[in-house]
Amino acid sequence: MMALVSVPPFESFYEEHRDAVFRELRRLVGKDAEDAYQETFLRALRGYGRLKHTENLRAWVMTIARRVAADHYRRREAPVVVVEPETDSRPAYAELGELADGLPRKERAAVVLRYGYDMSYAAIGAALGSSEDAARQAASSGVRRLRRRMQ
Amino acid sequence: MTVSPTLDARFREAAAAAGLLDVVYDLAETPVGTLLVATTDHGLCRISYDPEPEREAESLAETFGVRVLRAAKPIDPVRRQLDEYFEGTRTEFDLQIDLRHQAPFSLAVLDRLARVPYGHLTTYGALAAEADRPKAARAVGTVMNRNPVPIVLPCHRVVGANGSLTGYGGGLERKELLLELEGAMQPQLDV
Repeated sequence: MMALVSVPPFESFYEEHRDAVFRELRRLVGKDAEDAYQETFLRALRGYGRLKHTENLRAWVMTIARRVAADHYRRREAPVVVVEPETDSRPAYAELGELADGLPRKERAAVVLRYGYDMSYAAIGAALGSSEDAARQAASSGVRRLRRRMQ
Repeated sequence: MTVSPTLDARFREAAAAAGLLDVVYDLAETPVGTLLVATTDHGLCRISYDPEPEREAESLAETFGVRVLRAAKPIDPVRRQLDEYFEGTRTEFDLQIDLRHQAPFSLAVLDRLARVPYGHLTTYGALAAEADRPKAARAVGTVMNRNPVPIVLPCHRVVGANGSLTGYGGGLERKELLLELEGAMQPQLDV
């Protein structure tokens, strides 16, 4: 008897992805990464028994991590994106974090999440406790402000 | 950057405490070597000698569900009772055992086996007779060999009709050691 697709034991899945998840959460929520880490894998565990495929488990768990990070910001009154450029190897991202530092909080968060993390406006809206449109607006006015500043 | 042992342990215990796992396992150090001990919501489901954790996790996932995780705390009661057993201060285990996946005959035999007292011996044939299959001594041997929870279900107390130790899933040396610990090396068949 051979199963064509079999989901690995949660233990192996966890061992394989936990460091990457933790690094991503450090970038997204900084010092709150430990709580977000636990929440991410608890959520993964809730869905794990219903998984029907084993492709892209990394992408799957990263999506959960980003949602947890988004919820984390939503819970806060004043969203602040904690950026740790020294732990992020993507030069464009580090630069973006620095550039965006002077922006109003909401715009900064929208710009960083959109252009640094490729999050959808819907997700960013959720993270900031506002609508998708408001997120799009915050990001574009943030970008406009940056442009003005760079001229 | 890697996950600290503290954070790792915190998640594992939280996952177990939240009741999100099909099976929890951990390793336990004993005088008969490192054992892998696994439990479900229904009780102790496995004790393995010389475990290869990765393979065990896969086999546990197949039988009980994929949400298998190593965590220390849920195993502590079993660990404690094993310690007491090996110190000689415990002669009976007080643990629920998960036998949901056993076939009816195995279940009947394991149920009889559970009643063989500490320090006593019985035979494959005697167990077969008690399970209403007097000619099934060999099948009883197979059930013993596949005993999911050796030591706790005492298949080491089962010997051949002539008193020979016959065999043991964990190796004869261990069978001998367990029987010595229980002071049962002199055959005293209570048939």
